[in-house]
Amino acid sequence: MFFAILQRLGQMLFVMFGISALVFLIFFATPGSDPAARLAGRNASQETVEAIRKEFGFDRPLPVQYVVMMKRLFVTQDLTSFVNRGYRIVPAVVAAAPVTISLVAGAAILWIVGGIFVGVIAALTRDTLIDRGLMALALIGVSMPVYWLGEVMNLISQSRFHDTWMFSWVPALGYKPLMEDPVGWFKTLVIPWFTLAALYIGIYGRVLRANLVEAYQEDFIRTARAKGLSPARVMVRHALRTSLIPFVTMFGLDFGVLVGGAALLTEVVFGLNGVGRLTYQALLNLDLPMILGTVMYASFFVVVANALVDVVYVLIDPRVRGN
Amino acid sequence: MTDITEAIRVHAPAVSSRPSSGPWRRAWHILKRDRATLLAAAVFVLIILSTLAAPLYARYVSGTDPFRSNLSARIMVDGKRVKVMQASTEGLGLGVTPIGPTWGPQYLLGADTQGRDVAARLLYGGRNSLLIAASATVICLCLAALVGISAGFFGGWVDKILSRILDILWAFPVYLLAISLSIVLISQGIVIGPIEIGSDSLLLPIFIIGIIYVPYVARPLRGRVLSLKQSEFVLAARGLGIPAWRILLHDILPNVSTMLIVFVPLMMGLNIITESSLSFLSIGVQAPDASWGTIIQDGQTLLYTRPVVALAPGIAIVLTVLSLNVLGDSLRDALDPRTKLV
Repeated sequence: MFFAILQRLGQMLFVMFGISALVFLIFFATPGSDPAARLAGRNASQETVEAIRKEFGFDRPLPVQYVVMMKRLFVTQDLTSFVNRGYRIVPAVVAAAPVTISLVAGAAILWIVGGIFVGVIAALTRDTLIDRGLMALALIGVSMPVYWLGEVMNLISQSRFHDTWMFSWVPALGYKPLMEDPVGWFKTLVIPWFTLAALYIGIYGRVLRANLVEAYQEDFIRTARAKGLSPARVMVRHALRTSLIPFVTMFGLDFGVLVGGAALLTEVVFGLNGVGRLTYQALLNLDLPMILGTVMYASFFVVVANALVDVVYVLIDPRVRGN
Repeated sequence: MTDITEAIRVHAPAVSSRPSSGPWRRAWHILKRDRATLLAAAVFVLIILSTLAAPLYARYVSGTDPFRSNLSARIMVDGKRVKVMQASTEGLGLGVTPIGPTWGPQYLLGADTQGRDVAARLLYGGRNSLLIAASATVICLCLAALVGISAGFFGGWVDKILSRILDILWAFPVYLLAISLSIVLISQGIVIGPIEIGSDSLLLPIFIIGIIYVPYVARPLRGRVLSLKQSEFVLAARGLGIPAWRILLHDILPNVSTMLIVFVPLMMGLNIITESSLSFLSIGVQAPDASWGTIIQDGQTLLYTRPVVALAPGIAIVLTVLSLNVLGDSLRDALDPRTKLV
């Protein structure tokens, strides 16, 4: 077991190196342009470009450049934006992280509960109208772009139905810190949570239903029913338990996809100043150091989170533990 | 269950009359009797046909150029001449609001902030969205087939290297990868030797979207090839001394082809959503070109006054992706029930 964990952590370090090298190559070694000019952003003066070329060693070999860049990102953490002069990248990313984590964590709770609910109900009412209806809804959820759903929610809750009893509680777009204003924090995040969770409720509901239907063909379910267990107990203790195993891996992956993607779109639509919106604003300004910082930190976070999920998996799953 | 009984029922007489009916024919028999599949196929074909008719619509119905701003135009609505950009009646009365849906031939869905016909742009945008998604799907499946099949079939160091590369791409969140590629390519374009690709070329989003999902297809393919390599008929073929390339072509490829076919509609749906998301973030299709994502972005500032601008392309995306997902699901059930897309 110890060896398995060590191996997984080794793989994690390898992947982190791979990603950082890949990002570095994409940003600074794509043919046909000057990395210093790129880093300086739009309309930068010639002096700035020259200064950057010196500072980051773009006149030296690639491996040296890579080391310089990584050192400034992770060790000295003094990489600054050239579009907003002197704006430090790493503190900005760290300050934005709680917003993204609030958004993703709340949505994750919603989609796990919602996904299990949809999957179980659909599997119990298999091939009836309820099952078909739920699966159709789930498929629609999977087919909707999340940012568009967010805009529709904004249209409904901020404009068209804002003055009715249903949505009069919805505050203006933006984020309120949990520690300062817990109620405001909750209110501003409820609609983003549902928006972000809709897609994943669809995916998890569909997967869970398929797994449950498969589990109900198994011998151990027949045995459980034959020995007279109540249908609820058969579902919860026997069928659901085995069907939830793939959820752990899926969850790790999706959490990563979210921190680095879908959450970005949701943050932009709802005006939440998380890491995603930081990236988006940097995109609009062509602020390359900022994008470099958010991409690197977010993807490292994802890699570490995935590795932790796998380690937990090794700890709880006796089959993996044995090897 | 119904699929299985139906398959048996449809298939039963074929044993005597059509001894050669293979998996393709069997799948066709299942699919052509499934109403949901037929409906989805019809919707998808309809969407393709209407986007293909975009130039006809712009020329003969709406009569405006959907790529040029048209701020001072006047059109006839209910026998009256009205401005496309109307003076705002709310607040201080400053600024202009584009005309809303007229439900007539001109400005059927209203105008956007540039006074352009949203309905015509929707059709043109759909062309780009579908074209990018389809081309990216082809690129993604070809690359994934190449990587996944070689890794699984050749094993050894080929597999080791390819699998490590896939590990890295797999762990790299797709949107972050897409953003990194886009910001660099779209800000300046790319020059590779004699080939120069401009920063507003559609090739860039096609290439970016085509690459980012490769591991999602290559990994399951590799797994399938690995298990096929251990199957009895491949072992038998090897035992007979048949050369490796023949085994690859005649035994492995036909068996993974169903899996690849199932991935086509599912990946295309995913690509449409990805393309629209990147365009929404302004790192996909570049102005003055349109795609469903850029129209939603245009409509964002008009969301509360002229919601149709943002709603219509979103509905188009949902309909298209939904029909593709239904097609993908039925194809999988009919051809290859074991395939799973994350």
